[in-house]
Amino acid sequence: MNVPTMAEMMAQGKQPEILFWVGAAGSYDDRAKKISRAFVKILHKAKVDFAVLGTEESSTGDVAKRAGNEFLFQMQAMMNIEVLNAYEVKTIVTADPHSFNTFKNEYPELGGNYTVYHHTQYIKMLIDEGRLSVDDTVLKGKKVTYHDPCYLGRANGEYESPREIIRKMGVNLTEMKRNKATALCCGAGGAQMFKDAEKGDKEINILRTEEALETKPQIIATGCPYCNTMMTDGIKATNNEGSVEVMDIAELIATSQNL
Amino acid sequence: MQYIPNILFAILLIFGIGLFVRNIRKISRNINLGKDIDRSDNKSERWKNMANIALGQSKMVRRPVSGFLHIIVYVGFIIINIEVLEIIIDGLFGTHRVLSFLGGFYSFLIGSFEILALLVLVSVIIFWIRRMVIRIPRFWNKEMKGFPKNDALYILYFEMALMSLFLIMNATDTTFQLANAGNPISQFLAPLFDGFSVETIHLIERSAWWIHIIGILIFLNYLFYSKHLHILLAFPNTFYANLNAKGKFPNDSNVTKEVKMMMDPDADPYAAPPEGEEDTVPEKFGASDVTDLNWVQLMNAYTCTECGRCTSVCPANLTGKELSPRNIMMKTRDRLEEVGQNIDKNGEFKDDNKQLLNDYITPEELWACTTCNACVEECPINIDPLGIIMEMRKYLVMEQSAAPQELNMMMTNIENNGAPWQYNQQDRLNWKDEE
Repeated sequence: MNVPTMAEMMAQGKQPEILFWVGAAGSYDDRAKKISRAFVKILHKAKVDFAVLGTEESSTGDVAKRAGNEFLFQMQAMMNIEVLNAYEVKTIVTADPHSFNTFKNEYPELGGNYTVYHHTQYIKMLIDEGRLSVDDTVLKGKKVTYHDPCYLGRANGEYESPREIIRKMGVNLTEMKRNKATALCCGAGGAQMFKDAEKGDKEINILRTEEALETKPQIIATGCPYCNTMMTDGIKATNNEGSVEVMDIAELIATSQNL
Repeated sequence: MQYIPNILFAILLIFGIGLFVRNIRKISRNINLGKDIDRSDNKSERWKNMANIALGQSKMVRRPVSGFLHIIVYVGFIIINIEVLEIIIDGLFGTHRVLSFLGGFYSFLIGSFEILALLVLVSVIIFWIRRMVIRIPRFWNKEMKGFPKNDALYILYFEMALMSLFLIMNATDTTFQLANAGNPISQFLAPLFDGFSVETIHLIERSAWWIHIIGILIFLNYLFYSKHLHILLAFPNTFYANLNAKGKFPNDSNVTKEVKMMMDPDADPYAAPPEGEEDTVPEKFGASDVTDLNWVQLMNAYTCTECGRCTSVCPANLTGKELSPRNIMMKTRDRLEEVGQNIDKNGEFKDDNKQLLNDYITPEELWACTTCNACVEECPINIDPLGIIMEMRKYLVMEQSAAPQELNMMMTNIENNGAPWQYNQQDRLNWKDEE
């Protein structure tokens, strides 16, 4: 698929509307790559002039910071800021709430000032501006529940954009008992994604998956590649593969539009 | 001779309040052991938060039952304390119900106090039932053993006693009952004392009056040792709470300086430190003891009421991990108290070979946190356990290189190939053609 890089754009003397920050999961994780591709299809469909950094993209350092390595975080941040500022990037859109959070809240003090959108916010904007239309027939009546990523929800107060998009697709959205500000973490945050859990009597992702399953969903929607991994693992561990699907909101849109 | 009760009262009052002031100064000294942090910005929003969250209890009612009962006790506590003003004047000047000249308004006041006193009594009994009969889990976590558990009960017993004494005092005040105004509750208690002689009833009335005010003074000073400090500290605590997005973790400015120097092509790595900075010890990264935390974090520790709402929503705690955000606050306070006592004893802090890390809070607790902010969101008075956890993680990683092995690998990968996994950075765009 056609995914232009900033370098290519610059060579042609062009400045794209937005930079799509793919993130490590979106670039390397097999499940998350599908989310990246779904989002690119949406961008093409809405005729958004975008580019990625490609091989010039590097870790935001977010996970290093949450793991306590402030030094590595700031090294990564400063290097990324140099690249982003060199390309005169103004607007960043990302499908990873962790990248979204650190760009939005932690980069400005270090010299990186951008308008930052989570992809659900950006998709909602495209719909509101009439650049993207949503078909409410393909997924009509499907039972969906939405899992709030901590770094989008509690960390940045964004609960509504994802839900508004979901509602537009004609699905039957049922909330879990813990939702929005009281949503339970999937278990991946704070660098837990990259280590085994401490001793306990249960895995967090299993607990959250059980809460989702209580709503008897056909689809568990979320907006974070790490939440996606945790919930997908939870669905496997509870033997619900085949009957329940974990999907990113970008994938829901791409499916409903037959992209 | 007739002035003895007044003198006795004055002595008690001065002693009680004096002790309280001394305790407050000690707490304020301990809080100031923390590092500086600027929370003087955005005053209007801070006042608003204090008004809504502390005064208006807006976050308490997210759990409607305990929130509603708490509001009754809180309103009762504040309003019934107007009565204490009269008690103090009566006690000092030997008057009796000095404010009764207010007439109908006085009856209205005392009448409302009585109704509130009954409501508080009932609420406190329900609180006790929730704790001891229904045994709501968050009151029975493992950190709620020994003093923390008893502390909560002592406070409930205290409040039961104070409210009962207030009502008995009114019920046995014969002139007050004869006037039959402002006694909506105590009029039903008065008949209980019908068979008693005038002297006995008067003696009961006086005893209830004295025990009530002495009880209040004891309670005032018990605060210092108890989780109940929140009735005062909730106000500054909500005022000075973090206003930024919860996802924004502070950037360490010392690190920024170093990173900037490393990335500056003109920087001379062998340069001597600037004038005046030769002997300064580089500040340590993160926190291993309470004095490495900032004063707001230390105030948080004194403010915590140990209600356990944080722990009841913590994903780590819900899945049986060692971590309990409430316990992080309790341990921080315990260690701070220990440091304070050390200073009291030695004039200044003498190394006791202990610290917050390991001796109180273990790495196992710290590494179980998902940084999900559920505890921060949940706290009815904006305490931030996550900030403390992150400072201590920072110390573990940056001062001790003591991260779990998998995290060290993850960080090495970021250093080597710009991703937490071991993939070649040159493959970063391969996803676009993989369908």
